[in-house]
Amino acid sequence: MGQITLQGVQKSFGPVHIIKGADLDIADGSFVVFVGPSGCGKTTLLRLIAGLEDVSGGKILIDGKNVVDTPPAKRGLSMVFQSYALYPHMSVRGNIGFGLKMAGLAKDEINRKVEAAAATLNLTPYLDRKPRELSGGQRQRVAIGRAIVREPKAFLFDEPLSNLDAALRVQMRIEVTRLQKQLGTTAIYVTHDQVEAMTMADKIVVLNGGKIEQYGSPLELYERPANLFVAGFIGSPKMNFVTGEPALHKGAATIGVRPEHLKIERDGAGGWQGTIAVAEHLGSDTFLYVDAGALGMLTARYIGELSLHAGDRVSLVPDPARIHRFDENGNALRS
Amino acid sequence: MATRQTQFLARSLLTPAVGLLFIWMIVPLALTIYFSTLHYSLLDPGSESFVGLENFRYFLTDPAFLASLQNTLVLVGSVLALTILLGIPLALLMDQPVIGRNFVRLMVIAPFFVMPTVSALVWKNLLMHPVSGLFAWLTSLFGLTPIDWFNDVPLLAVILIVTWQWLPFATLILLTALQSLDEEQKEAAEMDGASAVSTFIYVTLPHLARPITVVILIETIFLLTVFAEIFVTTGGGPGLQTTNIAFLIYSQALIQFDVGSASAGGLVAVVIANVVAFFLVRIVGRNLEA
Repeated sequence: MGQITLQGVQKSFGPVHIIKGADLDIADGSFVVFVGPSGCGKTTLLRLIAGLEDVSGGKILIDGKNVVDTPPAKRGLSMVFQSYALYPHMSVRGNIGFGLKMAGLAKDEINRKVEAAAATLNLTPYLDRKPRELSGGQRQRVAIGRAIVREPKAFLFDEPLSNLDAALRVQMRIEVTRLQKQLGTTAIYVTHDQVEAMTMADKIVVLNGGKIEQYGSPLELYERPANLFVAGFIGSPKMNFVTGEPALHKGAATIGVRPEHLKIERDGAGGWQGTIAVAEHLGSDTFLYVDAGALGMLTARYIGELSLHAGDRVSLVPDPARIHRFDENGNALRS
Repeated sequence: MATRQTQFLARSLLTPAVGLLFIWMIVPLALTIYFSTLHYSLLDPGSESFVGLENFRYFLTDPAFLASLQNTLVLVGSVLALTILLGIPLALLMDQPVIGRNFVRLMVIAPFFVMPTVSALVWKNLLMHPVSGLFAWLTSLFGLTPIDWFNDVPLLAVILIVTWQWLPFATLILLTALQSLDEEQKEAAEMDGASAVSTFIYVTLPHLARPITVVILIETIFLLTVFAEIFVTTGGGPGLQTTNIAFLIYSQALIQFDVGSASAGGLVAVVIANVVAFFLVRIVGRNLEA
């Protein structure tokens, strides 16, 4: 079991409020990603759950038990750190088994569990190597092995993939997700990368300035963002925001249209007129950055190749069903 | 980096410095070797004559030699052990966030900046003096007989003085190493359920292996040649109880005015230093390999 509930959790460092009251319900076995720009408090929130920081107010419940006064080791959680934090002078075997050794398990039982964990992670040939003799991806797997061997109630991941190169990151992303589903253990994963969040999460928590902006499944966040911040943060390229007359027309202060929901027409008379400033041809997609005069710069995405170039005039027609409307406070308007 | 041209340039630019250092070293060494084969007494100038290895035989069979060799090893070993055993807890304390930490650090480092002669005088006359010293006053407060440090336990007294001087060095090196310990490693140990003691044994102490090696190697170089503290406090006595190799050579040359035998002693000291260095590198040097 690994059901985690936050009730009004607050954290301040002196006069600076990092977390301004977070309420959250994480179901057992789900993969929850905390995402947000740097300094939004996502790592702090994770460290509060881990017990590496003390809360300034509120409750953290793990399986219904308030753990704010429980030391980290007793909370039954395990953590994968950004720097992996492997013990450099211990072998892979020693690193993975350290928690069990501290828990006072018998030697052969430790060995059995370590070897089982190593087998899951394809680390068996490296058990007697030191961390410095491993590649980045292998070190990452040792760190994960150290987390799974203790059979915790939940895994906490603190930006674990940020030190890997792009190709390895995609591979590890899949491995971590698959492992989590296989073990069925609750996972909380912190990242600043919204692609990681969208691909890995069952549910995403979008944080900004110490507040939870929205909590929901990836597609929920994509299709029904609660406010301007979430709308702009989730989705790549970013959503286009238009204020002024076209927005008033829709009865909103701001309207947002995702680049993929803008239809691109050559020499069209309707829609929003503009000149292409930059055209990016990726083969699979074409991104157009269009200077639309008073409306500002708009981004449009076309699936496939489109032979348009900088300087061409285009008109962009938003899909009326996919227009997001926001009031003057930035909150979404639902009709 | 290593084109033939840059190699040539590097070598030609280094040559003057290396050459000067070489001369600086080779002239005294050659002269010492030369003097060590002479009968050369300052009390009897003009009587220099070649005696072969006679000076070495004289120095090595002198009962003072073995005594001073033993004193040297005891002194070096004790000071090394004390500075490291006391330096680790001190460094751990100074690594804690306390008010006025910078001031505390400055104070702890201060003994290192005091000249050996000055600190030896302070210890001799203000602290360890059996009549007017602070320690004597403290012991008499409890109604005990003051210890006459330099007569009853002369070698221990010298060891304490030298330890006091070198403790800051060990503490400083260990402190900087502690500060370079990855905070996440300690947190990982905390998540793994390690107590403070276990974290120290399994995470902190292995991290300190390399700086401890550095402390041992550097301190050994200087501790083999401790002289001022002995000269100022006990003058090598009582008897030979605090005479180390460095002091013995000094007494050969400038108390007995026997330059030949002192030169032989100097060469023996060079050999001893190399033997010690050899064993040290064998024992602890592998910690330095990356």
